[in-house]
Amino acid sequence: MQEIKTVGLVKKYKNLTAVDKLNLEIHQGELFSLLGVNGAGKTTTIKMLTCITKPTDGDAFVEGYSVTKQSEQVKRLIGVSPQETAVAPNLSVKENLELICGIHGFSKEKTQIRIKELSEQFTLDAVLRRKAGKLSGGWQRRVSIAMALISEPKILFLDEPTLGLDVIARHELWDMIRSLKGKATIILTTHYMEEAEALSDRIGVIKDGKLLAVGTVEELKIMTGANDFESAFVSIVKEGAL
Amino acid sequence: MRMLTFAKRCTKEILRDPINLAFGLGFPLVLLLLLSSLQKNIPAELFDIDTLTPGITVFGLSFMTLFSATLIAKDRESAFLQRLYTTPLSGFDFILGYMLPLLPIAIGQTVICYLFAIPLGLTVNINIIYAIIGIIPMAVFNIALGLLCGSIFGVKQVGGICGALLTNLSAWLSGVWFDLKLVGGFFEKIANVLPFVHAAEMEKALFNGNFELVWAHILPILLYSIFITAVAVLCFLRQMKKQ
Repeated sequence: MQEIKTVGLVKKYKNLTAVDKLNLEIHQGELFSLLGVNGAGKTTTIKMLTCITKPTDGDAFVEGYSVTKQSEQVKRLIGVSPQETAVAPNLSVKENLELICGIHGFSKEKTQIRIKELSEQFTLDAVLRRKAGKLSGGWQRRVSIAMALISEPKILFLDEPTLGLDVIARHELWDMIRSLKGKATIILTTHYMEEAEALSDRIGVIKDGKLLAVGTVEELKIMTGANDFESAFVSIVKEGAL
Repeated sequence: MRMLTFAKRCTKEILRDPINLAFGLGFPLVLLLLLSSLQKNIPAELFDIDTLTPGITVFGLSFMTLFSATLIAKDRESAFLQRLYTTPLSGFDFILGYMLPLLPIAIGQTVICYLFAIPLGLTVNINIIYAIIGIIPMAVFNIALGLLCGSIFGVKQVGGICGALLTNLSAWLSGVWFDLKLVGGFFEKIANVLPFVHAAEMEKALFNGNFELVWAHILPILLYSIFITAVAVLCFLRQMKKQ
């Protein structure tokens, strides 16, 4: 079943076309990665799908709701962890989580239950009372993803979740993302090939705002005749649409 | 309810920043202490505590602009606002959430200034209450100006514009440090067009019980407050759409 569908989605900034007639379908429960180099249009796509930015043309549908006409319904279904960690720095981790619960209108009881659940899932107990701004990059990412998940979204957007993290923190975060598979549809943007390969059910390769290829790692390798995913990616990006 | 949750968060962010507390509260109090000490050693009535304190409370409001502008600019730059734009919070939830917490902080700052001035020789009377209430329209102006600056500028620009330029403008053009008539000319005309001197004069009038003088000053303050609030709301909503 389609969870997300984009139809001729376009975003232009003056003379720059950031996303160009994007047609994409993402299925319920899958982890879909948008892979591309910096400036490929990944974040702009996420911004349109999460109702932050209005498309210049075309539309996208999240569980059938239009991002241009039914943004309120779309916002009830999604959780977003932006590229920057996006936490309230002077609030404790617990207060950050409580803030998002409050914004979503949760009762006190439900807030406490969700914080307990998320703390266990993300092993946040040790840092719950610490100021979020004082945590390391890896811990801030965890908190950021926990904040995105606290409203129990059906669709989770992770925009470059491991950007700037060291190798250990990255692998810890990968494990955490893997543990979320199946609980929500996950759309992840990344420019790390190994990240897309390690985590994704399917991958969409994007360049200059255009979707060049979509498929599983194996399908993309077969498509290009490459032995490894990195060669497949390079081949797709160099040759353009396949 | 959602707006109040967001407002509570903004209050915590501001009050937990030690630099905010040091400048917003500490600086006006240090000025009160220094200038009232100076007064004891000069023959002229330049910094009489009964005249100085109402003026300092108006000057202190310029820090509300800095607080709100810095918070909004930081939220924009850290993508925290971007995260919240994907939640059910509406544009007006954001605007009220940013503006409301600063009003009690501004009033609290004014109260502390008056309390601090009492041991320095301030005349204690019921008019202090009126002066504290009378600070509200100018506080709204300063807070809205912060919303405007935070919606347009980045953190560094806000530091320069609100932290340096506005606090100086507020200080020099309010007539707190010297009688504007002593300078006269273009400087005095510019000062009279802006709201700072009207706010300082209104505070003095309220504190001294000269209520008949209040009306001449409150009108420009209200006009400025309404105008800047309207522009700030439009700019905030515009930057929201321009993501």
